[in-house]
Amino acid sequence: MDLKLDHHSKDGIEIVDVEGEIDVYTAPRLRELLIELVNSRFYQLVVNMEKVEFLDSTGLGVLVGGLKRVRAHDGSLDLVCTQERILKIFRITGLTKVFGIHDTVDEAIAARRAEK
Amino acid sequence: MATVELSFTALPAHVRTARLIATAVARRSGVDESLLDEVRLAVGEACSRAVEGHQLYCPAEPVRLALTDMAGRFEVEVTDNCTPGARTPAGQWTSGASTPGPGPDGNGGLPAAFGIAVIEGLADDVQINETAAGTSIRMSWPSAGMSR
Repeated sequence: MDLKLDHHSKDGIEIVDVEGEIDVYTAPRLRELLIELVNSRFYQLVVNMEKVEFLDSTGLGVLVGGLKRVRAHDGSLDLVCTQERILKIFRITGLTKVFGIHDTVDEAIAARRAEK
Repeated sequence: MATVELSFTALPAHVRTARLIATAVARRSGVDESLLDEVRLAVGEACSRAVEGHQLYCPAEPVRLALTDMAGRFEVEVTDNCTPGARTPAGQWTSGASTPGPGPDGNGGLPAAFGIAVIEGLADDVQINETAAGTSIRMSWPSAGMSR
C-alpha cells in the first residue's frame, strides 16, 4: 500500500502517524512533513510506526534527517514500533542506539517527559 | 536462464513492483517464510540504488532484475548500466544527493553506500561485480527449489 501520513498534538508533543510503506518512492513525502513540522516550530516529535509495513534505508535516512533537524533546536524525535520486521533494520544498521524506540505513544511521551 | 526476468524504467515508483515480484517468486521457489522480509528489503535496496544511479547518469535505460531458482538457492541479480566513473570505490554515486528526492541534505546524513551495507546485512551471500557496462549485485538465499 501507499503511504498515509497524519499528525496531531498530545501533551505538547507532535505525534506523526505513519501507515504503509516508506521507500525510495514515498519517503520524500515523510521528509517534507518532518521539515514542515520543524519549520512550524514543532521540535518534540514522536513518529508512530506501528502501521508501517515496509521501511528501507531511504526511510531510515529521512528519520535521521528529521532527528538532525529537531536536535538543531534542542528537540527530540522518538519512534514507536513493536514490529520485528521493522525493528530488524534498525538493529542491523545500529540505529537502535540513535533513536529512542518505544512500544506505545504514551510510553514515548512519558520517556520524553522523564528526560526533561 | 533466470526463472523470472524483469526490466523496468528507472523510476522510484517501480521499485515497489520489483519488490513484490521478487518476494512472490522467492515464495514460490520455496524460500522460507521467515526469510521473505529479508529478500524483499534487500531487493528493494538494490533496486533503489540502481534507480538512483540511472536517474543521474542514464535515465532512459531500464534497470534489470533477474530471479533464479537453482539447486537449493534462490538468486537475485540487480543490474545497472552506470559506468564505473559514476561511482566511488565505496559504491557511492559521485555526484548528486545520496538518494533521489528533494531536500537540502539528500538522505538526511546517511552515507550513500548505506544501502549496500544493509544488503550485506540481510543476504548471506552477496557479490558485487563492476564492469565497464555497469554494476550487478547478486545475492542469494536458501530455497527448497520448487518452481523450476
